Amino acid sequence: MTVVEHQGQTDAPRPAPPPHWRPRTDPVPLLPDAEPYRLLGVAAAPAKPGARRTKASAKKSPAAAADPALLRRLYAELVRGRRYNAQATALTRQGRLAVYPSTTGQEAAEIAAALVLQDQDWLFPSYRDTLAVVARGVDPLETLTLLRGDKHTGYDPHATRVAPLSTPLATHLPHAVGLAHAARLRGDDVVALAMCGDGGTSEGDFHEALNFAAVWQAPVVFLVQNNGYAISVPLDKQTAAPSLAHKAVGYGMPGRLVDGNDVLALHEVLGEAVLRARTGGGPTLVEAVTYRLDAHTNADDATRYREAEEVEVWRAHDPVRLLERELLALGILDEDAIDAERERAEEFAAGLRARLNADADPHPEELFAHVYATPTPHLAEQAEQLRAEREAEAEGAAHDDAATHDDERESGR
Amino acid sequence: MTTATTVTSTPTTGAPKPTTMAAALNRALRDALTEDPAVHVLGEDVGTLGGVFRITDGLAAEFGDQRCLDTPLAEAGILGAAVGMAMYGLRPVVEMQFDAFAYPAFEQVVSHVAKMRNRTGGRLPLPLTIRIPYGGGIGGVEHHSDSSEIYYMATPGLHVVTPATVADAYGLLRAAIASDDPVVLMEPKRLYWSKADWSPENPEPVEPLGRAVVRRPGRSATLLTYGPSLPVCLEAAEAAVAEGWDLEVVDLRSLVPFDDETVAASVRRTGRAVVVHEAQGFAGPGGEIAARVTERCFHHLEAPVLRVTGFDIPFPPPMLERHHLPGVDRILDAVARLQWEAER
Repeated sequence: MTVVEHQGQTDAPRPAPPPHWRPRTDPVPLLPDAEPYRLLGVAAAPAKPGARRTKASAKKSPAAAADPALLRRLYAELVRGRRYNAQATALTRQGRLAVYPSTTGQEAAEIAAALVLQDQDWLFPSYRDTLAVVARGVDPLETLTLLRGDKHTGYDPHATRVAPLSTPLATHLPHAVGLAHAARLRGDDVVALAMCGDGGTSEGDFHEALNFAAVWQAPVVFLVQNNGYAISVPLDKQTAAPSLAHKAVGYGMPGRLVDGNDVLALHEVLGEAVLRARTGGGPTLVEAVTYRLDAHTNADDATRYREAEEVEVWRAHDPVRLLERELLALGILDEDAIDAERERAEEFAAGLRARLNADADPHPEELFAHVYATPTPHLAEQAEQLRAEREAEAEGAAHDDAATHDDERESGR
Repeated sequence: MTTATTVTSTPTTGAPKPTTMAAALNRALRDALTEDPAVHVLGEDVGTLGGVFRITDGLAAEFGDQRCLDTPLAEAGILGAAVGMAMYGLRPVVEMQFDAFAYPAFEQVVSHVAKMRNRTGGRLPLPLTIRIPYGGGIGGVEHHSDSSEIYYMATPGLHVVTPATVADAYGLLRAAIASDDPVVLMEPKRLYWSKADWSPENPEPVEPLGRAVVRRPGRSATLLTYGPSLPVCLEAAEAAVAEGWDLEVVDLRSLVPFDDETVAASVRRTGRAVVVHEAQGFAGPGGEIAARVTERCFHHLEAPVLRVTGFDIPFPPPMLERHHLPGVDRILDAVARLQWEAER
């Protein structure tokens, strides 16, 4: 055995590394900002009640440089989104929806994700992202069939370019990569934007999707909404990374950290990422730092794992109020316009409520219709069995009705 | 968007010549890639290397590195990406390098591949093929010899087929790729180098998935088998002649859909049945097959339906695998237990 003496800080020549063992990418440009990128500031309300930001200070704001039509659109979508969340949550209490995972507090990320896409682009939502699907223009009733329980996916993925809401975590991210890759092979101008939560970043499919996307330079944008908790587990028990956006560096794609309650910052960052993907620059990972003001779903008790004070801090950073305050200061909105927007959202909610209160009537034949292109003989037998069961049930019911009538006659009623 | 394609072969003057199953599979991929630009092959080492079993040999050179794509080493990612490709109208053919290496992709198979058509009310069919080399008999170390077909059989929404002959390897792979539904093609890796006289230029017409075939007619009992166990059963049937038993051998070919008609017709003729496969017996494919046979043929049966299978153990080290795999003697022992006394 030979003993190697440590040379310390000497000028002794070191062996040259093998040629392939060099980093191919300077990681620095891929690193996210130290703090979330924001444009609208941090305070959703003026310091003193009744006080307004001066127009002079507002004019210095980045919002002043933005297209007023876009700002109004974003505001309208945020107000409608807030109302949609409240309405869907209310419908769970009435038993019209089996469950609803709310995005109250996260509306900005949902809206921005939908609005940065062009018609031909695809959205890959997770189960929490119904609001993004609605903002994309899909019939809100169809987006809720999964949660209502009458159909798994109510909308047509090809017609809407929205993939089914994915309930398993992060497993839809590789689909986005594959679809974007296929579109590029076909020479089509299509970007896929895939959404998941902070918990989803721990899943293997998240890592495999990011790696594939970067290796293939697929036109994909990954949007992680970090709302602080995976059901009850806080972020520091989920990851030891400095931020979730940092995970991008290991795959060789840029990571962006953005204030998830700042719809304007989100629109800019996601817009840049979509443009990079569209122009051949490959994938981007965007982490939107936000907060879920409601519980995980209506079935969850958030008071078991977080303090009311924490929720209040985030309530003061409300995405709807943040933009509202800015637009009031800029004179793009006034109180009348705000009232008008809220009224429109109210009408939207009433329409949705009325439609969801109508009874869904899924047909039992649907059970066998879409398992295979053509039912196997085995399934055809089972479909026949169910048909016979239902027929017997209907005959039994008719018989019971007739018997009831006879009873009524006999008793002279 | 995805309509059923009819598989046709162009008759030429090609004469039958000794061909391996691996070559027939390669030919099937080449023909599918040639006929339909939507077909894409992807997996680990399928490109430059041509696959560890050389099933994709030469395809990348002929069709380019995108039509035959070397992926990062991540099975869930491969299959997940294939789902997205199929969503966009391609027909991906995925190679899972070995049976046990496909398990990381199992969530994609169960939660998405098998269910996407159903989840979307028929709007998003997934015409993708998952090729899985499976089974033992090649002296592989652990995690290289699993018979994993039952996992896929137990998942509604998948077709599960397995060839045992050179002609079927070609035919079933072509039919799988042409199918508008996901198909798991279990390839018996110990038959990859088995040869048969076959005309690569004039392959037989492809049958629809879901048909079993009688490989050897007989009167005394039916051996129900598939994939790697077919040659063993045929050998057992020949050996059984000396015992005075005339065994019928049915090659199931398709486990899902299951060909109840062919199987029941055979067992009704013979009155006795043994299911033979490499996978474990407990909760294995044979249990389901025996139950179906019993339900349909009870009054024709002279004996209970028996199973000859691998033991209920993790696949053994290669030096012990011959003790585990069902061989001719174990099959003949089972046949001997079919209550022949009733007739004699």
